[in-house]
Amino acid sequence: MSKHTLFDKIWEKHVVFEEPGRPTLLYVDLHLVHEVTSPQAFEGLRLNKRKIRRPELTFATMDHNVPTTDRSLPIEDPISAKQIDTLRNNCKDFGVKLFDLNSPNQGIVHVIGPELGITKPGMIIVCGDSHTSTHGAFGSLAFGIGTSEVEHVLATQCLWQDRPAVFEVRVDGSRASGVTAKDIILSIIGRIGTAGATGTVVEYRGEAIKSLTMEERMTVCNMSIEAGARAGMISPDEKTFEYLKGRPYMPKGQELNIKLDSWKTLATEQDAQFDRSISLDASKMAPQVSWGTNPGMVVGIDGRVPSPSDYSDSNLKKATENALEYMALKPGTKIEDIKLDRIFIGSCTNSRINDLIAAAKIVKGKKVSSSLKAMVVPGSQLVKLQAEKIGLDKIFKESGFEWREAGCSMCLGMNPDILQPGERCASTSNRNFEGRQGKGGRTHLVSPIMAAAAALEGHFVDIRQWDIEREL
Amino acid sequence: MKPFKNFKGIVAPLDRMDIDTDQIIPKQFLKRIERTGFGQFLFFDWRYLDDGKPNPDFVLNKDRYKDSQILLAKDNFGSGSSREHAPWSLEDYGFKVIIAPSFADIFYNNCFKNTMLPIVLSSDKTDYLFEKAFNEQIYMLDINLDEQTIKDDLGWSANFEIDQYKKKSLLEGLDDILITLQLKDKIDQFEKHYQL
Ligand code: SF4
Repeated sequence: MSKHTLFDKIWEKHVVFEEPGRPTLLYVDLHLVHEVTSPQAFEGLRLNKRKIRRPELTFATMDHNVPTTDRSLPIEDPISAKQIDTLRNNCKDFGVKLFDLNSPNQGIVHVIGPELGITKPGMIIVCGDSHTSTHGAFGSLAFGIGTSEVEHVLATQCLWQDRPAVFEVRVDGSRASGVTAKDIILSIIGRIGTAGATGTVVEYRGEAIKSLTMEERMTVCNMSIEAGARAGMISPDEKTFEYLKGRPYMPKGQELNIKLDSWKTLATEQDAQFDRSISLDASKMAPQVSWGTNPGMVVGIDGRVPSPSDYSDSNLKKATENALEYMALKPGTKIEDIKLDRIFIGSCTNSRINDLIAAAKIVKGKKVSSSLKAMVVPGSQLVKLQAEKIGLDKIFKESGFEWREAGCSMCLGMNPDILQPGERCASTSNRNFEGRQGKGGRTHLVSPIMAAAAALEGHFVDIRQWDIEREL
Repeated sequence: MKPFKNFKGIVAPLDRMDIDTDQIIPKQFLKRIERTGFGQFLFFDWRYLDDGKPNPDFVLNKDRYKDSQILLAKDNFGSGSSREHAPWSLEDYGFKVIIAPSFADIFYNNCFKNTMLPIVLSSDKTDYLFEKAFNEQIYMLDINLDEQTIKDDLGWSANFEIDQYKKKSLLEGLDDILITLQLKDKIDQFEKHYQL
C-alpha cells in the first residue's frame, strides 16, 4: 500500500464528482469572504436568482478597506464606505455571518479564522484572497480563488480543481536567536524564486518546521503564494490541537474527542512520496531583508544589495536593474546602511499577538528614531484587546509608535494608510511589489523584531546581536 | 460566458518578467462593486504620469499598439493577488489573448472565467515574437484555438498546449455554475454521507 500525504488524504475525502478529462469537483468546508472580492459574486447570484447553498459554512468580515483610526467616525472615502455597506447588505440578504466593523471579532480574515477556531484541520478552505494559504498551518488545504469562483462556491459549496503536484519543502537544523519564521519563509522564496512552487501545493516539513509555534507556522504558510504555490500546509500535531481547543467555534466534549481522533490520522505518513522535494538548513539562515520589488529578492542582514552584473540571464539582469531603480538602491550597498522613513508592523503575515510581543520586547523603554514614523496595526480586534491587556499598546506608544485598529492597513494601502512617493519602509507584510504600499513607496520585507530594531536605529540592524528576550 | 472566437490581432510587447497583479491594476481601483469598466485602470501606474497625462514611454500608449488585442509578456505573468480585477481590466481594455512563457496559477485560471486565452509559449518563441512586435511597424498574429496554433504574416507559426477541458469551456462559453448545478444530485448525495 502506498503511503499518503496530508494533501492526498484531504483531497480524496472531498471528491464529489470526478470524470477523466476534466477537473475534479471538490467539496468546500469553509468559505471566507471579504469586502473587496465578493460584491460581484453576490451580484451574480442575484442576477441569476440563486441562493447560497450552505450559508452556515460561509463567514465574512471587512478588513482590506477599513480605516484603522477611530471607528466611531464615518468612513471618509465614499467608495470604500460603499464597498463596506455592500458587504453588510449582502450578508444580511443571503444569511451570512458577518464580523462587522464594530464586532469584537473583526480583523484580517486570515487572522480571525484560526483565532476563533473556525479554521480546522482536514478542511478545504477557500477565500477570494491569495493569502488563504495561511490556514494550511492547521493541516487544512486552503487556497485563494477569484471572484467567479467565489460565486461558484456560494452557489454550489463546491469547486472544480485540477489536482496539483505536492512539493515537500523540508527545513531542518536549529535557528540562531533572532532568526524567525518570517526569515525561514523568505529564505525559501529567495532560494526557489517567486514562481518556484507554481502548480504545486507545498507541505512544509522537518525539525525546524515542527518546532514552530502555530502562529509561526501561519507566517510560513501565509507566504506560500509568494513562491507561486497554490497552497502551503503543515501536518497537524499536538500543538495544532492544543492551539485550537477551547476556541469559540471549536466543538466541545465528546464531539471534540471524535474530531481529535480523526484529525490525528491526517498527518503525512512516513515514507510518503512527494512529486518534488527540497531541503534547507535553518542553522545557516540569517535574518532576511528584501532589497527589490518581489519577495524572492532577499538577502541576509549581513549581505549587500546585489548588482545586475551578478546575473547571467538577461531577463534577471533587467529585472534587477528595474528593481534597483525603483528602490533607489546602489549595487553593493550594505543592507545595514539602508535608512528608513517608515516602519509598519502588521498584516496577515505578522500581526498576531506573539509578533507584537516579540516587537514590544525590542522597543520597550526605548525611542523610535526621530527620522522616521512607525505604526503597529494588530491583525484583529481580539489581538488588539489581548495586547492592551498586557500593556503592549503603552510600550509601543511610549516608544513613539502609533497604535491602530485592526485591518490590512498599509499592507496594501487601500485605506488612508499609505507610503508617500519615495518613502522607504521596513514592513512585516508579504509583498514588496512596486506601489504596493502606495505609489512610489519602497518596501523592505522583514520580521517583526527586525522592523522593531530598525525603528529604533533608523536603519536596518542585525537583530542577532541584540537581546531579544527582554522582560516586558 | 461568451464563447471565444478565433481572430487576428495586433501584438503589444510588455518586456518584463514577474508582472504582478498590483501592476496590472493597483489597489485603489479595487473598491468598485461593479464587474465592468476596469480597462481604464489597467497598468495605471505605468500608463499615466504623476500629473495624470499618459506616459509616452509606456508601450500601450504608443500609436502602433493602441488597438492591440494580444499582450506579450515574460515569465510569471500575473503573480500576486487573486483579484479577478486583473483579468477584468485586461479584458475590458480589449485584450483577448496573453502570451507568456509562464503564468501564475490563480491569474491563469481567472482568465478562463473571462473569455481570455492565456497561451504558454517557450521563451525562444516569445523572444522571436518580442523581436517582431518591437521591430515590425504593425505586427499581427492569427490565433486559432480550435487548432491550437498561432501564425504571423511572415510565415512563422507555432502550436500551443492547452488543457482540453479548458479549451472546450472557452470555445463553448460554458457556464461553470450551471454545469455544477446540474450535478446537484451528486452534491446532495455527498453531503448525506460526509463527515468532516
Ligand atoms: S493583510 Fe495584506 S496580504 Fe493579508 S489579506 Fe490583508 S491585504 Fe491581503
